[in-house]
Amino acid sequence: MSLNQLTVLEAFKGLRDKKFSSEEITKDCFKQIKSFDDKIKAFITVTESEALAQAQVVDQKIKNNESLLPLAGLPVAIKDLFCTRGIKSTGGSKILANYIPPYDASAVAKIRQADGVIIGKANLDEFAMGSSGEKSGFFPTHNPWDLERVPGGSSSGSTAAIASDMCLYALGTDTGGSIRQPASFCNVTGLKVSYGRVSRYGVMAMTSSLDTIGPITKNVEDAAFILGQMAGRDEKDSTTPDIKVDDYLKEIKKDIKGLKIGLPKEYFIEGLDDEVRAMVLAAAKKLEELGAEVIDISLPHTDLAVAAYYIICPSEVSSNMARYDGIRYGLSQREGLELLDIYLDSRSAGFGAEVKRRIMIGTYALSAGYYEAYYKKAMQVRTLVKQDFDKTFSEVDVILTPVSPTPAWKIGENIGNPLKDYLADVFTIPASLAGICGLSIPAGLTNGLPVGIQLLGKRFDEKTILRVGHQYQMATDWHKQKPQNG
Amino acid sequence: MKLSKSEVEHIAKLARLNLTDEDAILYSQQLSDILDYVDKLQAVDTTDVEETSQVTGLTNIMRGDEIKESGISDELISTAPDEGNGFIKVPKIL
Repeated sequence: MSLNQLTVLEAFKGLRDKKFSSEEITKDCFKQIKSFDDKIKAFITVTESEALAQAQVVDQKIKNNESLLPLAGLPVAIKDLFCTRGIKSTGGSKILANYIPPYDASAVAKIRQADGVIIGKANLDEFAMGSSGEKSGFFPTHNPWDLERVPGGSSSGSTAAIASDMCLYALGTDTGGSIRQPASFCNVTGLKVSYGRVSRYGVMAMTSSLDTIGPITKNVEDAAFILGQMAGRDEKDSTTPDIKVDDYLKEIKKDIKGLKIGLPKEYFIEGLDDEVRAMVLAAAKKLEELGAEVIDISLPHTDLAVAAYYIICPSEVSSNMARYDGIRYGLSQREGLELLDIYLDSRSAGFGAEVKRRIMIGTYALSAGYYEAYYKKAMQVRTLVKQDFDKTFSEVDVILTPVSPTPAWKIGENIGNPLKDYLADVFTIPASLAGICGLSIPAGLTNGLPVGIQLLGKRFDEKTILRVGHQYQMATDWHKQKPQNG
Repeated sequence: MKLSKSEVEHIAKLARLNLTDEDAILYSQQLSDILDYVDKLQAVDTTDVEETSQVTGLTNIMRGDEIKESGISDELISTAPDEGNGFIKVPKIL
């Protein structure tokens, strides 16, 4: 087996047992990238020489029997929404096509401090706005399971890179489903943390009251490990409460006997693919075999969540995108005579259609006379959606749902129909509005395409959803299946 | 909720975006579809429902009023498209 196929924990152990070196793992990752990335296009920037240099530092420490921090020597792909010092960080947008940040995001700083190995910056839908990977400002990423299909988005590149073993783990962001949905389309494990669990400092903001950052990995055990390294209070991100980080690796080993798992009827609707429905119900059966109790529950305001989200998200986007004005960084078109021309020309040339659409919806929704009818109303509906979860979590420990109504669709299928793309997020958005945590894990294939299941947990109860996910992966091997292109 | 081409052009101007005529027509259609969809919220009874603007429940997270050198002032200025003498250059406003 080539070393790029290792899981994080296998590599962690092998490095310390001196079975192989970080340089060897890293070289195998780049070999994989050279073989497959011209077809998959997971990466915007690949940092081969820096990565090899980082790996060599770790190998020297191992030779000298120096102690290593947990993330040392492990190759990671980072969604290009994260600022990485000295490495081009584009946000997937032409407006930052040549932007090189002078600082690291907190999550990146942790990786660097630990001598992690940064393989490259992964492709994404522009500024995280999209659910397919087609809305990158540069080029679409292709699903390793079927190159004519989308990998999902917005963390399209990070997920495709993991699915095709181009690295050992990846970092993505999830605001409305952008880790969970591509994980489901690409047969990998993706974790949306509770809002505030992991610092967002240095990650380009999209919807500030919903954005989260999290790991994309080959299995739940790896996700638990990475989360343990990333979670916690950061002074630079005032939305990270000072809440204890659990010992996730220890917690996931506990069995799930007696755990209550809710199946919400509002997620099993017309429009849910029959095969996907069957797989979620099969997963429920498997969890019952493992000792859990499956209970029918109701989350009555589920069908309002997408509408609330597509007011809240564009509204916050319209504010967050205002900084891209051609003055302090990024694309700057200066042929016009006045300041206003710089704004109009830079932003019009730099932003793609989806970004413009969301900026305009947000501008409209927040404008005088419309704020009450749109943004205020959406925030109230958000409360109703959140209350549904709060009530339910007094009856159950975890909620089991599909991730997406269908498996991956063909590239180009939804172009010209933005609303159709929005409706595909129907199962991931409610958890985002409530700020709770959600795990997406493989649950089977239909016509050769992966289907994931979603496990939702209370705020800061990642340990329970990771536990259920890990126990499920100990009893099944969907997550071990690999695509042809990788 | 039908948005006219001129309403879209007005919104675009507020958002500092230039639109071609075709774009304005295309966006007015797409935005109208989206606004039609989100209009379903109008039918929801939200009497006495508090707004959720954030879920952490945190308020007034403060830090001491101490100066900490970033160490990257020069690099920050140098990412600007036009700069000099340690300042970012902007066109005249007045």
